[in-house]
Amino acid sequence: MLPVSYYIGLSAVLFTIGAVGVLIRRNAIVIFMSIELMLNAANLAFVSYARVHGAISGQIFVFFVMAVAAAEVAVGLALIVTIFNTKQSIDVDQMNALKG
Amino acid sequence: MLLSEVAANGPQFFYLVPLVVLFPLIGLLINLIFGKRLSETIIGTVASTATVLALLVAVLLGISLVGHPEGAIVPVMTWIHIGELNIPWAFQVDSLSVTMMLVVAGVGALIHVYAVGYMHDDVRHHGDPSRYQRFFVFFNLFIVAMMILVSANNYLMLFIGWEGVGLCSYLLIGFWYDKGEGGIGNAIAGKKAFITNRIGDFGFLLAAFIMFVFFGTFTFEAVFEQAPEVASGAILAITLFMLLGVAGKSAQIPLYVWLPDAMAGPTPVSALIHAATMVTAGVYLVARSAPLYVLVPEAQNVVVWVGGLTALFAATIAVAQFDIKKVLAYSTISQLGFMVAAVGMGAFVAGIFHLVMHAFFKALLFLSAGSVIQGIERGAHHIEHDPALRKQAKDVHDLDPQDMRNMGGLRTRMKTTFWVYLIGALALAGIPPLAGFWSKDEILAEANIFNGWVYVLLTVAAVFTAFYMGRQVLMVFFGKPRTAATAHASESPNVMTVPLMILAGLTILAGTINLPGVHTFGHWLEQTMEENAHAGEFVIFVAALSTILAITALLLAYYLYYHRYKSMQDQPAAKRPDDPLRPILGPVFKLLENKYYIDELYSLVILNPYVKLSQFLADVIDWQFWHDWFHDVVIASTYNRLASFSSIQIDLGVIDGIANGLAKVTQSLAGQMRRLQTGYVRGYALSVFFGVVLILGYLMLR
Repeated sequence: MLPVSYYIGLSAVLFTIGAVGVLIRRNAIVIFMSIELMLNAANLAFVSYARVHGAISGQIFVFFVMAVAAAEVAVGLALIVTIFNTKQSIDVDQMNALKG
Repeated sequence: MLLSEVAANGPQFFYLVPLVVLFPLIGLLINLIFGKRLSETIIGTVASTATVLALLVAVLLGISLVGHPEGAIVPVMTWIHIGELNIPWAFQVDSLSVTMMLVVAGVGALIHVYAVGYMHDDVRHHGDPSRYQRFFVFFNLFIVAMMILVSANNYLMLFIGWEGVGLCSYLLIGFWYDKGEGGIGNAIAGKKAFITNRIGDFGFLLAAFIMFVFFGTFTFEAVFEQAPEVASGAILAITLFMLLGVAGKSAQIPLYVWLPDAMAGPTPVSALIHAATMVTAGVYLVARSAPLYVLVPEAQNVVVWVGGLTALFAATIAVAQFDIKKVLAYSTISQLGFMVAAVGMGAFVAGIFHLVMHAFFKALLFLSAGSVIQGIERGAHHIEHDPALRKQAKDVHDLDPQDMRNMGGLRTRMKTTFWVYLIGALALAGIPPLAGFWSKDEILAEANIFNGWVYVLLTVAAVFTAFYMGRQVLMVFFGKPRTAATAHASESPNVMTVPLMILAGLTILAGTINLPGVHTFGHWLEQTMEENAHAGEFVIFVAALSTILAITALLLAYYLYYHRYKSMQDQPAAKRPDDPLRPILGPVFKLLENKYYIDELYSLVILNPYVKLSQFLADVIDWQFWHDWFHDVVIASTYNRLASFSSIQIDLGVIDGIANGLAKVTQSLAGQMRRLQTGYVRGYALSVFFGVVLILGYLMLR
């Protein structure tokens, strides 16, 4: 059995990829996918530690995260569709109406 | 047992005494509330009936007093109760108060009946019949107030009546308030009477206050009981201040000036209020306060001299007056002087006796004068409505129906009035056996004992009295009519002449109530006044002298105003003097005609300085000092400066500065901070990222 640090390392790598993706990409869908990546990196960390400590609560927490992620996808995609309908683009840098 | 006791002691009606006030009050209320809808006859009947009923009650009280000479005090209720002070509303029934009630209600009833006829013509002559009702309301109100005055058992209740009659006097003098000189003369006369009386009332009030301090009570009985133990200085002050009240109400020097002007009221008012009853209230007050006055001879002396001087002073003025009512007014002042002098010298019986007699004959004279005035007015009216006569007489419209120079020869035209007037005049002149002779002689006899100078003073006044009454009768009723209106004068209706005849009968007979040697009236008053009432001795010398002097004065008047007057008519009108005395007395006559210029003197000495002082106070002190300087400069501008300082400096500067500064700081801060909001999602995400890194870093490295 692989040591838990491998899983955590993988989780950290995945999270970093997701975070960098959110920060540097301009395509809304890609940013979205990066967010999913970060969520799942967290999920991986959860289940890893659940397995190590034999605590079921970490695994249950993952279900919650997946449910939230599903809801988030539904709302987020709907938003992106609406934005595309109005702006004919999904470039987040063009969506700066909240500029101070 | 009980029944026999009642029979033995005679009937007792003392408990009825509130009715003497209540009956006129009911009459007044009926006329006040329903008077607009009632006819003149009913209004007059209601008012007269109310007074007659009050008279009946007074008569019953008098009958009761025969069986129960001690009288009674009938309490009705507690009126004022403050701390130690307890003033009841209670009626005093004794021979003095009942005598006054009989006079007030008796003469009052006759004058009410007379007024029914007189006012019928008077309201039409003045052109406002709707005031008929008002007249009788006031008249009954007067009876109410006068009854309270004479039936009170304490000084405060007496004061209520005292003020009440003063009010009625004011209301009735100014009854035709929109008439008179300049359309306001009557109102001014009313005001003069009211204000002059206020000065007197001020004295009365001060007396009452001192009384409260030293006695702690106002009830007659209690005050008189304590009087001997109280310091005589206090009693002197009380009696002298009371004298000021007496001088106001009873028209004595120096406050008599209102009474001649009070003749502006309708003649029944002059007869009832300003001759028979109200003006005698002062005499009543002194007689009622006899136990106080006898303790301080100094006050008595002052009272005597005030009365005596007034008697002579007013009598001399009456000689040179031409207004028929003014002559009677000065005569009233003079006769009141006799009464005041009498009660002052302790001759209370003589004073009250003269009061009663005077009420009869002076009411008679005034009412007859009213009859004369209306007779002439009827004559003028007759001429105005007869085209043939109107062409001849041009002076009818401006004719003064009260000026005796316009009269003459009325003897044949107004027979009844002439005879009753003659009886009244002879009674006033003091010709035996008429009422005035007995009472005046008693006063003179008492004065003879008291002080020789006062006796001389009063005797001279009596001579003048006889003279001016002779003058008046001769000018009015004898000779030839001097104007067309007088020539066409006619007798007054029965409703007026019958009360005149009754009063004439009383004037002839009333003197018998106190005949020398019998002194029924003296003994009657003794029941109340005890040792203060002593029967006056009849001195044949005094009586004979005064009678001879009176007849001499009448003969002198006859010579001047009958013979001289007749021969004067032959002179051309331009040169002819209006009075035979004028060429004889010269400037003295003018002085008398102008009433010694006392009114002018009062204007000069009191009124003008007072007006000047008022103007000074109003213009300089009030307007310039208080308004212009203190209010405008001191208060208003200081306040303005303070207000502008606090609004500009404090409010705009400090308060608004704080608020505005706060806003500006916030605004500029916001201008700086808005730049942080780039609107780029990724920028936000980056800051979140660094934030998380920072927090986690802190948590881990801690």
